[in-house]
Amino acid sequence: MAANENIIEIEHLKKYYKDVKAVDDITFSVKKGEFFAFLGVNGAGKSTTISILCGEEKRTFGSVKIEGEDIEQQPFSARGKLGVVFQNSVLDGALTLAENLRCRAALYNISGDEYAARLNELCALFDLKDLLSRPVGKLSGGQRRRADIARALLHRPSILILDEPTTGLDPQTRKSVWEAVHAIRKVRGTTVFLTTHYMEEAADADRVVILDKGKILADATPLELKNAYTGDFITLYHANEEELRACGIRAERVGEALRIEVKNTAEATALILRHPQLFTDYEIVKGKMDDVFLNVTGKRGENV
Amino acid sequence: MTALWALVSRNCRLFFKNKGILLPSLLAPLILLFLFIAFLGNVYRDSIRSVAEGFALSDGTVESIAAGLLVSSLLAVCAVTIAFTANTIMVQDKVSGQRSDFSVSPVHPSLVSLAYFLSTFLVTTCICALALGAGLIYMAIAGWHLGATDLLLAVLDMLLLTLFGTAFSFTVCSFLHTAGAVTAVQATVSSAYGFLCGAYMPLSSLATGLKNAVMFLPGTYGTGLLRGHLMAGAIDAMTEEGIPSAIADAMKTGFDCRLYFFEHAVPAWVCYLVLGLATAVLFGVCLLLVARTRRR
Repeated sequence: MAANENIIEIEHLKKYYKDVKAVDDITFSVKKGEFFAFLGVNGAGKSTTISILCGEEKRTFGSVKIEGEDIEQQPFSARGKLGVVFQNSVLDGALTLAENLRCRAALYNISGDEYAARLNELCALFDLKDLLSRPVGKLSGGQRRRADIARALLHRPSILILDEPTTGLDPQTRKSVWEAVHAIRKVRGTTVFLTTHYMEEAADADRVVILDKGKILADATPLELKNAYTGDFITLYHANEEELRACGIRAERVGEALRIEVKNTAEATALILRHPQLFTDYEIVKGKMDDVFLNVTGKRGENV
Repeated sequence: MTALWALVSRNCRLFFKNKGILLPSLLAPLILLFLFIAFLGNVYRDSIRSVAEGFALSDGTVESIAAGLLVSSLLAVCAVTIAFTANTIMVQDKVSGQRSDFSVSPVHPSLVSLAYFLSTFLVTTCICALALGAGLIYMAIAGWHLGATDLLLAVLDMLLLTLFGTAFSFTVCSFLHTAGAVTAVQATVSSAYGFLCGAYMPLSSLATGLKNAVMFLPGTYGTGLLRGHLMAGAIDAMTEEGIPSAIADAMKTGFDCRLYFFEHAVPAWVCYLVLGLATAVLFGVCLLLVARTRRR
């Protein structure tokens, strides 16, 4: 499969539970090697879509293909291409990490020397060697999450599905989880399909789809979304608020700095060129993905 | 086979490493044995003596018969109740999400279910074998009258009853999705099954209608088989003490070594057939449940 080909193709997918339209005619695709973020509030239809993608739930209508194979027509082949990291750890707390990984590897018919080789590879990648003999229930949150990701990668899937992988984790642990994910992307070029509530994690994605009430509201790159749904901000240091006001510029104080909201980068540039004496120490930043998400799900702004 | 063995091994390890499940499972047979000896022992001894009233029955023979009665009751109950405890792993996996992990793997759902079935059977057999071992020690202390054939048949009875208990508990637990539900079912089965299968009270002591109703339950035939094989040697030994064989026959009937279905004697092979068929039917139900729950 070429690098720019679609690895996941979802067309007109619908999932109805009697009168409830959990997923309502969504179409999108994910390219091979892409870091894809799938966002939405609770109940938006993300988990249902993932369950259908993993073959756990049956669709009402539409088609879902992984590497060209329909997941309902060739379910076992399609599942072998997926590695799933669930929101909660699904490793057995009473068993050691080695026992857990050996059992999960066997589900993919991996044993003996092949298992040993893959275990060594993942231990090196995720720093798990010293944890193998410890019961999973005794591992810290970050260690367990790394173990979860290693579990999902034992069979070298082409797609890694991360279902809110960092929810409830402290910042340091979140950082270590993302380092592990980026490491596997770098080493193997694995496609990453992410759902998360932390919008700054989605900011690193190649592409973002925002779902609400079972429908797609936005499908674009983070930059395109920021340009469409938020403005730019000029943060000005060592500036006089009175001078800005005299020039007709509205600014809000943020700590020691002043922040000016502008429509886009072009407007920021024009403003700076008009009043170069005011802008001696400044930076221009895009709006955050949080603003994008709130604006999109709040149905403000223009469509992408 | 790699996946099946891995899942069976995983389920068994989880059972034996979970003290909250393992200890009650191990203690249940011992507690039952103690309760039988402490509370029902004298009742059984009095019943045995009352059947042979007017004849000089030695205390040793009475003890041997009572021991066979106690151990057969213990095994009849444990084979089913322990299976329910072992199936806790299956329900726990649904609650904690481990089942989803298996669902997204290329392993066929029926293989995952088969692994639960086999591990429940293995675990229950292990615990029942321990209970049988403890029971045999008690029987040896009370007075050994058990022949090799009866001992082997008693082991076969235990295995068959364990298979029945496994299929029965698997069917029931397939409908359970919470830890609270499985606990409630276990409590109900533990308290009721012993009476329903004729383990706690001989069927002859029940009212005719209730006795006939209980004879429609397959577990009763398992209890009858165990009674027959664990008690027959001791009862037959009575005749060597000069007790008429008619008394021995009455005792076999009174203590369910011989079962009657609406006044018709049920031979041992029919008991095996009923228990085997019931297990096969339940296994078929298990397969249907697996097929039904394959995908929502």
